[in-house]
Amino acid sequence: MAEQDPQRRRPSGLLRAVGVSRSFEGLQALTDVDLELARSEVVGLIGPNGAGKTTLVNVLTGFDFPTTGRVELEERDVTRWPPQRRGRAGLARTFQHGHAFKGLTVRENVEVAALGVGASSRDARTRAHRLLGALGLAARADEAASVLPHGDERKLGVARALATEPRFVLMDEPAAGLTEAEVPDLAAVVRSVRDEHGAGVLLIDHNVTLILDVCDRIQVLDQGRTLAEGTPEEIRKNIDVANAYLGGSGRDV
Amino acid sequence: MNWGQAIADAISLGALYGLVAVGIGLVFGVMRLINFAYGELITAGAYVLAYTGGWPAPLAILMCVAAVVALALVQERVAFRPLRRMGASPAAMLVATFAVSFLLQAIYLLAFGSRGQIVGTLGQLNSAFTVDGVDIRWILLVTTVTGAILLLATGALLNRTTIGLHVRAAAQDFRTARILGVRANRVIGLSFVVAGVLAAAVSVLYTVSNPLVQPQMGVPITIFALVGVVVGGLDRLWSAALGGFAVGFVYGMFGDLLSSQQTVYLPAVVYGSVILVLLLRPAGLFAPLHARQVERV
Repeated sequence: MAEQDPQRRRPSGLLRAVGVSRSFEGLQALTDVDLELARSEVVGLIGPNGAGKTTLVNVLTGFDFPTTGRVELEERDVTRWPPQRRGRAGLARTFQHGHAFKGLTVRENVEVAALGVGASSRDARTRAHRLLGALGLAARADEAASVLPHGDERKLGVARALATEPRFVLMDEPAAGLTEAEVPDLAAVVRSVRDEHGAGVLLIDHNVTLILDVCDRIQVLDQGRTLAEGTPEEIRKNIDVANAYLGGSGRDV
Repeated sequence: MNWGQAIADAISLGALYGLVAVGIGLVFGVMRLINFAYGELITAGAYVLAYTGGWPAPLAILMCVAAVVALALVQERVAFRPLRRMGASPAAMLVATFAVSFLLQAIYLLAFGSRGQIVGTLGQLNSAFTVDGVDIRWILLVTTVTGAILLLATGALLNRTTIGLHVRAAAQDFRTARILGVRANRVIGLSFVVAGVLAAAVSVLYTVSNPLVQPQMGVPITIFALVGVVVGGLDRLWSAALGGFAVGFVYGMFGDLLSSQQTVYLPAVVYGSVILVLLLRPAGLFAPLHARQVERV
């Protein structure tokens, strides 16, 4: 059983980007970026549009490869691994645009993710049941994913990521398109990933309220470089960040 | 010509084209590829039946299924998978299916000659029974029942099994499914196997009424089923099946009711109505009205 695999319970494991650079035909998207994510912490990744956040997530999850530098998953060099292999090794992501299978039911969406990392069909069903209950989607389990409102769609993305029993979850703009009223709900979900599932969360979002609220640490990217790093308190005070990012939208923080 | 007869003919022809449509739609769903060489699978099955004429029918049918499934897998392995691996464009893949289609037709021509072979495997099903003054050939009943069973079985495989769930996920969003760990080649392989079984069934049922097997036999069947698939809507299997059924039904119906002078125009009418459907309901007759939603950004 996958759960007993010693690889899956490595206590000191980290997800690390080490000196990662990525250029696209002359455009330098990332320059020498380091990032560390431990299990049971929520790290926020913020920065203006074009700062390289999504590129970094893509490099970390295997959707893109760094020009130089490497990615380590619990001391293994996974720089060249494709996404599905990283998925089986304990790294999950949610997508900016949901990517739910719209014609499948909510439950089936979660089951497919569990099956994909090698769970038996019975395990997959149990996990789906448990996760949908925990995320408040149980009542919608048998509905088509296409009819879900935005907030529930994001939760489904999280449920799907958690169905792989990951040790690290990367969330790409989970709050995008949510109403203000839906954000606290999402914040609770992010915390539960850390506290109840023991997974490290890398949270990318433009919603500064959410980031400052749930993150243990925050890393700021600007023009492909790490501009600042620190606790939410420190980041809040950081003038550079205010200039680079908080500018207008951060005033209400 | 009486209505009962026409309806019986039409239903069975509808069931047949429904099967072909599902075979084509299944592969399209997973690969976004219309396999024009699908008809050559049906032709291959028919040739197997022609050459196993002396065998007991169950054995000949088994052989037919085995050969067609094998050929379906060969198509996927030898032609489509290498192209996929090279990252060929959808257009290139489509042209490749034409190439495979013509190649197989040429091979049939060289191997079996142009004059045609006769299938006699289930010829006794051409005998008729009488209901209410209507003579119904057994094959019509057998075709309809077999068609319904196979469609239900395909539905159950897709909806009730783990691998079926994988196939449906891959059909929805192949890339995401792969990322989630769905094994692409297994899912594609399975869809080709099921499509092969359906093609073999069509070989068996079709040759009872049309026993002459020629190299190009599969072409009109494919084109016609494709018309059905497009009319019904490619995106979902049941709408493709319904489209196939509708085209077969209409064709069977008019084929019986019109005089032979008039049936000459039938293909023109069918294709004309396809253009009309495409203009009015591009997603297909049976697709939901809001089927073409723009992805939210």
